[in-house]
Amino acid sequence: MRHFLTIFSHEVRMLLVNTSTYLAAVVFLFVMGFIFTFLLEVYSAAAQETSPAYDFFRLFLGFAVFIVVPLTTMKSFSEERRLGTLETLLTTPVSTAEVVLGKYGAAYFIYLLLWGSTAGLFYLLHHFATDPRLLDPGTLIGGYVYIAVSGLLFVAIGVFASALARNQAVALVLALALLFLLIFGTKLSLDIQFLQLEALRPVRGALDYAQVFQHLDDFSRGIIDTRHLFFYFTGTALTLILTILGVEARLLHN
Amino acid sequence: MSTTDSNPPPLTIEVEHLVRTYGGVAAVDDVSFTVRRGEIVGLLGPNGAGKSTTLRILTGFLPATSGIVRICGIPVASRTDDAKRHIGYMPENNPLPEDMRVNEYLYYRGRLKEIGREKLRSRLDEVLELCDLKRIQHRIIGKLSKGMRQRVGIAEAILGEPDVIIMDEPTIGLDPHQILIVRDLIGGLRGRMSVIISSHILPEIEVTCDRVLIINGGRIVAQGTPAELRREVLGLTHYEVHLAGELAALPAVLAQVEPTLVIASTAGPDADGFHHATFTTTRDEELGEPLLRALAAQSFRVRSFSRTQPTLEDVFLAATKRSWDVVDLPNAASRKPEGGGRK
Repeated sequence: MRHFLTIFSHEVRMLLVNTSTYLAAVVFLFVMGFIFTFLLEVYSAAAQETSPAYDFFRLFLGFAVFIVVPLTTMKSFSEERRLGTLETLLTTPVSTAEVVLGKYGAAYFIYLLLWGSTAGLFYLLHHFATDPRLLDPGTLIGGYVYIAVSGLLFVAIGVFASALARNQAVALVLALALLFLLIFGTKLSLDIQFLQLEALRPVRGALDYAQVFQHLDDFSRGIIDTRHLFFYFTGTALTLILTILGVEARLLHN
Repeated sequence: MSTTDSNPPPLTIEVEHLVRTYGGVAAVDDVSFTVRRGEIVGLLGPNGAGKSTTLRILTGFLPATSGIVRICGIPVASRTDDAKRHIGYMPENNPLPEDMRVNEYLYYRGRLKEIGREKLRSRLDEVLELCDLKRIQHRIIGKLSKGMRQRVGIAEAILGEPDVIIMDEPTIGLDPHQILIVRDLIGGLRGRMSVIISSHILPEIEVTCDRVLIINGGRIVAQGTPAELRREVLGLTHYEVHLAGELAALPAVLAQVEPTLVIASTAGPDADGFHHATFTTTRDEELGEPLLRALAAQSFRVRSFSRTQPTLEDVFLAATKRSWDVVDLPNAASRKPEGGGRK
């Protein structure tokens, strides 16, 4: 693991120097700002049951994740593979694990940076709002913790997709598909008649556990449930292990 | 097999019975060779012969299907990281990250190769100087010309002062000036580091390399110094003569000088009545003087006379055309079996 820091700092530097990161940041913040304004209009029109933060984070899950994660992760492996520099990287005494973790760490760091900047939106609200009930600290903190924790898994999925794909476009689509399966697929699968069978009870149990929107709900209410944390941590570990294996498999068979 | 600085192993690369198959097709089929410290070895072969695959296996990037590769005595398959510390590699097409600056890139590579920060700065200076990159060290790599990029690639390969440098087609796409520069760079490494270059630009290999391995269809079909190869594969010395006179009398004259001297071809006569004749012989010695005297004695008028050495290109074409079972040269019986041959 001696080279992890070298690779990590290099990857962060490369992401910060690259225009596509800033492009992704602009698109993301534009969309989030737009959503935020839209929410505020809804709130100023009529009273709602929940605080703006709650809806904000729900829309994050349903929408913003699909923008941020693929855009920040799709370059990580695909570009290097296309250019051929992955080969020169792996002929130095670094292990594939260090490379994967370094790239993952850098992508996650940028992800956190982008999300940290949305806190500015809530600051604006705080500065100008007269109604103190609009700003719910429990929801805010819970929501941002949820973003940090779920981000671990989502960014890992993005890096996984990038490691498998030969070019960025395929990585983008693959990441979108996998994230969609995880976020919406688990929700929609609850309605499948086939899974109502008694024999498939364990499968239903697993799917109930993996309800991502439910996790968000709990976190937004200020409940930090360690079962949910466990889900994300183990999911991240599994995805990263699969990524490392995937990179090595591509080398073996190419 | 531990290696200490005071007693470095004489053989820096050992390859034994290397095989690599891709889905049933053997890209590298039972290849064996060794490289000594300080040697420059050329790996020649047509496209698809298995050169790049062999080199990639040497660097530890690609695993082999079977066989043993040792770098400075360290087996690459089991102690890959250790072996990689002794290798500098420049892949085909020299892939470089487009958005880094030259000095940034070299610094990053140096850190990856575990060179300490202090030593790295001085080593960077040396390498930039050696590869004539000082003036362009702050430029972005994506904006460099091909020749400069090759120099960056070579600088990166020699950065860690590795015992073994592996270069896959280092002069491809360069113009003659740039080829000269790269050639001098590589030649300057002789004695300190072992270099193995793959190429199909034959004049380059002929000039730069101490030894040549010709690989075809995944097997080594010939190996040796360029001179040995010429003798072994082609086995004949050629004399080219422009002469005028009675061609029918020529065989007798030749037989008188040397029994194995025969006419290989004649062309002409041209406007002045001169024929362009080629004689071949299996003898190595200089037959120029007795031949000229004999020709003059028989009233042949000789306008031009030269002994032509077959080039490596001739050797290459001959070596990669023949199959394993064909034995078509007179001195085949005395030839020792090539490395990597089937038993």
